[in-house]
Amino acid sequence: MATKLMVIAVSAILINNFVLTRFLGLCPYLGVSKRLDSALGMSMAVTFVMTLASAITWLIWQFLLLPTESNLIYQVAKLFGFEATPAAFDLTYLETISFILVIASFVQFVEMVIQKISPTLYSSLGIFLPLITTNCAILGVAELNTITYHYNFLESVVHGFCAGIGFTLALLLMAGIRERLEVANIPKALKGLPLAFIIAGLMSLSFLGFTGLSFVKGG
Amino acid sequence: MSLIIIIGSVIVLSGLGLIFGLWLAFSEKRLAVKEDPRVEKVEEVLPGSNCGACGYPGCSGLAKAIVEGKEPPSRCPVGGDEAAKRIGDILGIEVEAEERKLAVLRCNGGNQRAKDKYEYRGIETCQAASLLGYGQKACDYACLGFGDCAQACPFDAITMSEEGLPIIDAEKCAGCGICVEICPKDVLELISRSQTIYVACNSTDAGRSVRKICKGGCIACKLCEKVCPVDAIHVEDNLARIDPEKCTACGKCVEKCPTNVIIDLRERIKDQKVSSGSGSSTADENTSS
Repeated sequence: MATKLMVIAVSAILINNFVLTRFLGLCPYLGVSKRLDSALGMSMAVTFVMTLASAITWLIWQFLLLPTESNLIYQVAKLFGFEATPAAFDLTYLETISFILVIASFVQFVEMVIQKISPTLYSSLGIFLPLITTNCAILGVAELNTITYHYNFLESVVHGFCAGIGFTLALLLMAGIRERLEVANIPKALKGLPLAFIIAGLMSLSFLGFTGLSFVKGG
Repeated sequence: MSLIIIIGSVIVLSGLGLIFGLWLAFSEKRLAVKEDPRVEKVEEVLPGSNCGACGYPGCSGLAKAIVEGKEPPSRCPVGGDEAAKRIGDILGIEVEAEERKLAVLRCNGGNQRAKDKYEYRGIETCQAASLLGYGQKACDYACLGFGDCAQACPFDAITMSEEGLPIIDAEKCAGCGICVEICPKDVLELISRSQTIYVACNSTDAGRSVRKICKGGCIACKLCEKVCPVDAIHVEDNLARIDPEKCTACGKCVEKCPTNVIIDLRERIKDQKVSSGSGSSTADENTSS
């Protein structure tokens, strides 16, 4: 069990880094990576939303959407003497909309919290804070947990948290580089976003190197 | 079977929505941030066109900055004096009167009077044309006439005339200065509205070379200087310059000027009213010459 969680953690952070290998959540990656402190605030918000959204979406998926014996609606229907097989309660097609509902609610909550505790961070994140809702990395984590990898609850939460850590890693690396570039003497045509894109590409290339990491026994 | 699915989905989604909605409503109450009520009031007074002339992305940004004291109440060039006064009332501070300004074109060339030095065939913006040897006009100071300013004006106050010069509607112009910013030739200028007479040329070339390339430019003949009764107009660096403090807007220089480069705004506004509606052609003619 512990080994599997380890593997999930390392692969979410390094091998399948959400930003640099899966190319999810690129919008804040380039949008808020100008300054280190706002990048840190952003990644904390994303990690928080990712972890909690992973947990809640897993519960929703398992107990409301999947057509199994443990489906809550099936249980309630059975309680009232309703004759049907669990297969009749297949609501998996609701997955995207219900996941987005969860994510949007969490983002709203995070927005309120940040506005309350740190107005400076709130204004420096600007539009990118509500845009976490549409950050595909978060929906991506939820979908990978449920549809693709069939993780259990603990694995989902660990995967969500580590995906957030991976996002943090990529964002902080980028912000650190870009802060230094601000004062560097670079050609005028490359200043700002053009160079940021080139750097993003190079970082992504270097992260592809982690693909060689192997967790096969004795390997 | 499908009925179960329909009812099931409705229950699941509305249930989830209800739970999260209640949770958010509850946390909204707990985490509510009190915003300064004056911000909203100031925003109401501002014009609300979100033109960005103040340097903030929108009127709400400026309203916040004004309330926080980072910007003076007169920062909005569009709302001008009136808005500044009302903001002053809201904030309880005295506001010095600042007048609304007007953008004018400091060029009298156009495709009739100013010669071209080459035939420009490229992207039809002043920005692009100006990169090729200061533009296609023989005069380095001339308006290029592709209408970048007309495009940029958030108030639709600028139209391009058939001569290929921007016509600025004095009534619509809010004096925001966006056209002045965008013009690559710096040929537009904001002047005070009380200054009704201005020189529509900004070339500091010698009179003889101006005469060679443009029929409408200031040739520094100094006739205006001689005719002015109050000593308000002077030729410096081959260009007539008016001191708005001294000028009484008598209009003698306007009559005397041999190239008609000194313009009386009052008359121009009158002309505009007569021919209103005919000045909406684009700047295409300029390239076909």
